[in-house]
Amino acid sequence: MSLRDFGPNELMFLLLATRWTILLALIAFAGGGLIGLVVAAIRVAPARPLRWLAAFYTQFFMGTPILIQLFMAYYGSSFLGYRPDPWVAAAVTFSLNGGAFFGEIFRGAIEAIPKGQWEAATALGFRFVRTLRLVIIPQAVRLMLPPTVGFMVQIVKTTSIASLIGLTELARAATQVNTVTFQPVMVFGTVSIIYFALCWPLSLYAGHLERRFATGTMRKAESPLVMSAI
Amino acid sequence: MQTALQFGPILVHLDLLLRGLEKTIQLAALSILFGTAIGVLGAVGRSFGPRFLSWPIACYVELIRNTPLLIQLYFVFFSLPLFGFKLSSTTAAVVALSIHLGAYATEILRAGIEAIPEGQIEAAKSLGLSRYRIIRHVVLVPAARAVYPSLSAQFILQIMGTSIVGAIAAEELTAVANNLVMQTFRSFEVYIIIAVIYFVLVQAASLLFAGIGKLMFRWKV
Repeated sequence: MSLRDFGPNELMFLLLATRWTILLALIAFAGGGLIGLVVAAIRVAPARPLRWLAAFYTQFFMGTPILIQLFMAYYGSSFLGYRPDPWVAAAVTFSLNGGAFFGEIFRGAIEAIPKGQWEAATALGFRFVRTLRLVIIPQAVRLMLPPTVGFMVQIVKTTSIASLIGLTELARAATQVNTVTFQPVMVFGTVSIIYFALCWPLSLYAGHLERRFATGTMRKAESPLVMSAI
Repeated sequence: MQTALQFGPILVHLDLLLRGLEKTIQLAALSILFGTAIGVLGAVGRSFGPRFLSWPIACYVELIRNTPLLIQLYFVFFSLPLFGFKLSSTTAAVVALSIHLGAYATEILRAGIEAIPEGQIEAAKSLGLSRYRIIRHVVLVPAARAVYPSLSAQFILQIMGTSIVGAIAAEELTAVANNLVMQTFRSFEVYIIIAVIYFVLVQAASLLFAGIGKLMFRWKV
C-alpha cells in the first residue's frame, strides 16, 4: 500500500528539515526579542500616544491566532505587489508575534523594579533611555530571563505552523514522509521526539532559572502569558 | 498591485463565516470541557493518587507541552484509524485539542494544589471530613480559584489554537476562510475579516471567563 518504508533515508530527511525549524526559531527569537525590547520600552515611556499604539500592537498580536497573522503576511505581500515568499512571511510574522509576547514579558519585569530606582536616576539627571539602559534593565534581567527561555519553547513549537504556508521545515517534512510511507505512528512519533529533544532542555533550563531567581527580594513580576496553544 | 481593499464580495458569504464561527466555538467549548476534566483528573491523580500513576502523568504533561499541537493533531488524525478508531476530522480535532489542553490544565491545577497549605488539609482531617470531600472542597475548589486567571488565559489560547485544525480538513473559521479565498480570490481581505472575527471572539471570551470566575468564586477568603 505504501510507496516505501520508513528507514534511515526518511529519518535523515526529517533531521535535515530540522535545520530549517531551528533557523526559523532563531530568526523569530532574534527579531521578536529586538521588537519586544522596543515595545516594552515604549509601553513604559512617558509619551502617551506611543504607549497606546504599543498597547494596540500587543493586543492585536496576542488576541488573534498566529496562523491568521501568517496568512495575512503571506497573502498581504501579494496584495502589496510582492511575490509571496513563505520564508519572508514566516520570519516577519514570527518576529512581530514574538515581539508582542516578549514585549509583555519585558514590561512585566521592568514594572516590577521599584519606582524609587526611576526617581533616583531622574535625580541624578538621567533621561528616560539612559535610565532604562543603565539602571532599570540590568536589574530587570533576572526577572526577564526565566519567562524568556520559557517562551523560546513556544517559538520552536510555533514554527511548525509555517508548514501550512508551504515552508518545508520539520512539520511539513513529516507530512511529506507520511504521505509516501503511510506509517503515521512511526513518522509523527519520530518527529515528536525531535521536537521534544529541541524543547525539553529549554523547558528544564527555564524551570531551573525560575527556581534560581525565585529567592530574590524583588516582588515577583506579573507573569504574562508564557503558555501557548500551538 | 490591486487598487483597493474590497470586502463586499466576502461579506456576501456572511452565512458561511457565521457557520465557521459556530464550529470554532463548538470545537473550543468541547475541548475546553474535556481538557479541563483531564486536567482535574491529572492534577488530583498526581497529588493524591497512587505513586505508579504520578510518573505516567508527568510524562504525559511534559510530552504534550514540549511538542507542537500541529504534530499532536496529525498523530491523532492519521494514527488512530490504524488502531481501528474511525474518526471524522472534527472528532480527531476535538480529541487532539482536549489532550493538548489537558496537559496544560493538569500543570496549572497542580500548581494550585501545591500552594494549598498543609495545615488546611490537616484541619479538614481533624474535622472528620472524608477523603473525597477533603480533595473536592478543601483542596480542589480553593486551588481552582487561585489559578483561575492562568486557567482562563489558557482557555483563550485554546480558542486561538483551534485555528490550526483546518490542517486536517476539519471545518471551522479558518477553514471557511481558506475556502472563501478560493471562491473570491480576495485572500488578504478574507484574512483581515477573519482576524477581526477572532479578535472579537477572544475579547468576548475574556469577558465571559471573567464573569464566570466572579460567579463561581464569589465568596471572600
